[in-house]
Amino acid sequence: MVGPDSDATTGSGALRRGRGGRARPPIFLAAALLAFAVSSSAQAVLDPREMLPDPAQEARAREIGRGLRCLVCQNQSIDDSNAELARDLRRIVRERIAAGDTDEEVVRFVVDRYGEFVLLKPPLNAMTIALWASPAVLFGLGALSAWLYLRRRRPAPGAPAELSAEERARLKGLLTE
Amino acid sequence: MTSRRLLYVLPLVLLAAAGAGFWAMLTGMQRGSFDPRGVPSALIGRPAPAFTLPALEGSGKPGLSSEDIRAAAREGPVLVNFFASWCIPCLVEHPNLMRLAAEGVAVFGINYRAGGRDDPGAVEWLRRHGDPYRRIGVDHGGRVAIDFGTYGVPETFLIDREGIIRWRMAGPITDQVLADELRPLLRRYR
Repeated sequence: MVGPDSDATTGSGALRRGRGGRARPPIFLAAALLAFAVSSSAQAVLDPREMLPDPAQEARAREIGRGLRCLVCQNQSIDDSNAELARDLRRIVRERIAAGDTDEEVVRFVVDRYGEFVLLKPPLNAMTIALWASPAVLFGLGALSAWLYLRRRRPAPGAPAELSAEERARLKGLLTE
Repeated sequence: MTSRRLLYVLPLVLLAAAGAGFWAMLTGMQRGSFDPRGVPSALIGRPAPAFTLPALEGSGKPGLSSEDIRAAAREGPVLVNFFASWCIPCLVEHPNLMRLAAEGVAVFGINYRAGGRDDPGAVEWLRRHGDPYRRIGVDHGGRVAIDFGTYGVPETFLIDREGIIRWRMAGPITDQVLADELRPLLRRYR
């Protein structure tokens, strides 16, 4: 399975040229790495030509894009990814917004094609209830076991009985010895 | 005392279970039946999306529309294959597509061009390795690829006589996939 431009395989043009060349001094490697770091962060940001003229619509497109998974890179949103599929999806999101779709309609358009996995924040439903409930369940189990453990360690209730007169006399004898 | 002894065995049992799980996943990955990055298709059981795509210039084949697929599907199950000449796994599955086409299975090609990227080598690639496709559509901008919910190449869809998508393979149709999955499905939807 190969994405058209997954970040790991092709990445930026700068890195590709560096990889294609013969062995080079380390200074070149450092420069290439720096160029890669700079260019990848610069490319991850949206191309200005992609943006919608209306800032309010563009803000909605950004918000939707941040919630959609890029299926080539899988742990990036389409807003952060420079894969070609992410670019195509960003364009489709903007087209739908410009055509008058609501945010929900745009998201449904993408989910209809890619399934709920495309949502970076999974919706709460019968399929995902275990996922959403697991933090609370684990916390509850931890709290329960901690309570059981502490209760078992607690000393027996009630203060020790008072010393009898005989015991008090013996204690006094021991202390004055 | 016995319950305490059981507690000592518990980590061993968990370790064995985890080992069995990893072993199953690794053998699955080796056979091509398990892909840890795989995403189930949202389109299974739904009709193939409607589209019309221009021909691949120089291929000598006509363009491709959903109508062509529907018409061919009336004769039996058809395959829709997304490919690109720069895609190495496409080369892996290519002999199997050629084999299926020679057996009379209708195989349609969609030349994947996401993100405005061209595929100038496509015609030469088909000339060199053989052309299994009845028709080839060029998907400029990857719009049809998105309608099919693809996220890379190669991807192949099996469409039955009613025009319903029955199966999707994200990745190459290896010999194993062909024998274990595709052939039984082609028989079932014949």
